[in-house]
Amino acid sequence: MEHGSVRDPSSATFCFVDEDHTLANSVRFALNQEYLLYSTVLLIFNIYIPRVSFCGYSIPHPSDAKVNIRVQTTGDPAREVLKDACQNLMMMCQHVRSTLDKAVDDYRRNPTDMDTK
Amino acid sequence: MSEQESSSDEIMSSEEEEQQQKEGFSYWNLKDVERGQLPPHIRKQGARVHCKSDAPTNTETLQYSGSYASMGVDNSLRLDPFRENFRIKIIALDKDKMEFDMIGIDAAVANAFRRILISEVPTMAIEKVFIANNTSVIQDEVLAHRLGLIPIKVDPRLFEYLSANDTPNEKNTIVLKLHARCNQGQPRHTVYSQELKWLPNGSEFAKESEKPDSKLSTYTSFSCSQDSLPEFAGNPISTMEDIIVAKLGPGQIVLKAESDVWMMDLIHAVVVCGIKHDIDIGLLVLVRVLAVMSFLPDTRLQVQVLRCLVILQEIELEAHAVKGMGKTHAKWSPVGTAWYRMFPEVVLLDNIEGEDAEELMKKCPSGVFDIEDAGNGKKRTKVADSRACTLCRECIRGDEWEKRVSLHRVKDHFIFTIESTGALPPEALFTEAVKILEAKCERVITELS
Repeated sequence: MEHGSVRDPSSATFCFVDEDHTLANSVRFALNQEYLLYSTVLLIFNIYIPRVSFCGYSIPHPSDAKVNIRVQTTGDPAREVLKDACQNLMMMCQHVRSTLDKAVDDYRRNPTDMDTK
Repeated sequence: MSEQESSSDEIMSSEEEEQQQKEGFSYWNLKDVERGQLPPHIRKQGARVHCKSDAPTNTETLQYSGSYASMGVDNSLRLDPFRENFRIKIIALDKDKMEFDMIGIDAAVANAFRRILISEVPTMAIEKVFIANNTSVIQDEVLAHRLGLIPIKVDPRLFEYLSANDTPNEKNTIVLKLHARCNQGQPRHTVYSQELKWLPNGSEFAKESEKPDSKLSTYTSFSCSQDSLPEFAGNPISTMEDIIVAKLGPGQIVLKAESDVWMMDLIHAVVVCGIKHDIDIGLLVLVRVLAVMSFLPDTRLQVQVLRCLVILQEIELEAHAVKGMGKTHAKWSPVGTAWYRMFPEVVLLDNIEGEDAEELMKKCPSGVFDIEDAGNGKKRTKVADSRACTLCRECIRGDEWEKRVSLHRVKDHFIFTIESTGALPPEALFTEAVKILEAKCERVITELS
């Protein structure tokens, strides 16, 4: 659920029901990492610009199973940035999962050689 | 500054260090920081918690991608470098415990995995107990609670949640039966969880129905036997074997009030009891009878005594296990516990030689330090096993030592330990936890679209 102003979509508060610190803190982390890539004309430098100017979360009351996430962006609609952040977090999770599977396979095959990328 | 520079840290190359030490410290000799890079001490603050003797410093993680935007430094975590740097090292893995190193991930995500493991990965646990008979000393509600905490060795992914309106069926309920008794003359009987027997056909207890001629119904409605399902065919459901559920003693004697009883009846009761059970019990009954009599005003025994009953201690019950999550009740938690600690890094800031080396080695209770031969018969401290460090900070007690030894934690290196309770192997639990976090993200995305 989104509580935002109609005039300015770049800042909004989202309310996640049935969630707690587990998701909220991870999403806050992912939001903080959101960036925009500007390639310069000659492609010499890549300039990364943060998309989020502020984000934070709070649990309004410990008895209510909900969290509020505040997102203020540097221009993009907050909703889109939040979606992208969740997408990124999902991709990270997928990578963690495949790395673990590989590590377990490697360990089973050869318990002494432990390093898996 | 000098402290940090002389530490043999990967962030700063040793050549740079040596050169600075040779030249002596001067601001004019400092090299310009390259654009797009942070000076080494700032990088170090971001990468390490510095554990000092009074309190740790630099505990926060620098999350914001624009933290150093004004210096042209990009602090964002991009997927490609993440994929390149992320590593998992398995240290130990067996059927119920796993220890692994997770390197290159933020504490927010590592903590999410830990929290999900403890409270959101589902398992099966006993939720309803139908007690047909319980004459043991353990009360019904305590018994039911103990049963609930017994881990059931079954893959919870094969079951569905039982919601309030559902009837218990073969897809959402596991029925277990327990019938234990301590017979007369037997020693105390300890009931272990392995005596819980799986009933693949569902409940055997008949429901009391209002209509006397209605069809016999039980507390579950299984459409087929669970052991006919392919996933359980050669793989019967069992519980952890060696958990004590209750202890049953030999029977107890109960004197039950009846109508007028005369002396002859009493003697008869005692004799019958003696024959039926054994003489000791007969005598015990006699003693009890006399004791009761002595309190009665009327010695002609027109009193309300008694029939002698020997009640055997017995438990007969049915336990229904359903799927649930640890956040509802800890009995559904699939882990004994799951935890992580940041990798400890021990850095010697100084050459510690001779007696000091011996002293340092003795100071450390977990054997982090060792002594090496520095040549020409000198002994020198080396860090042999920094992983063993528990950060007790014994080695940096006193001003002297804090200048010589430095303790850090690596912020993105987690030593993760998972202890499974037996439903799933620990590596499968971790995979499930990661999947749950993915599902949460997906839910947010679909709700926003």
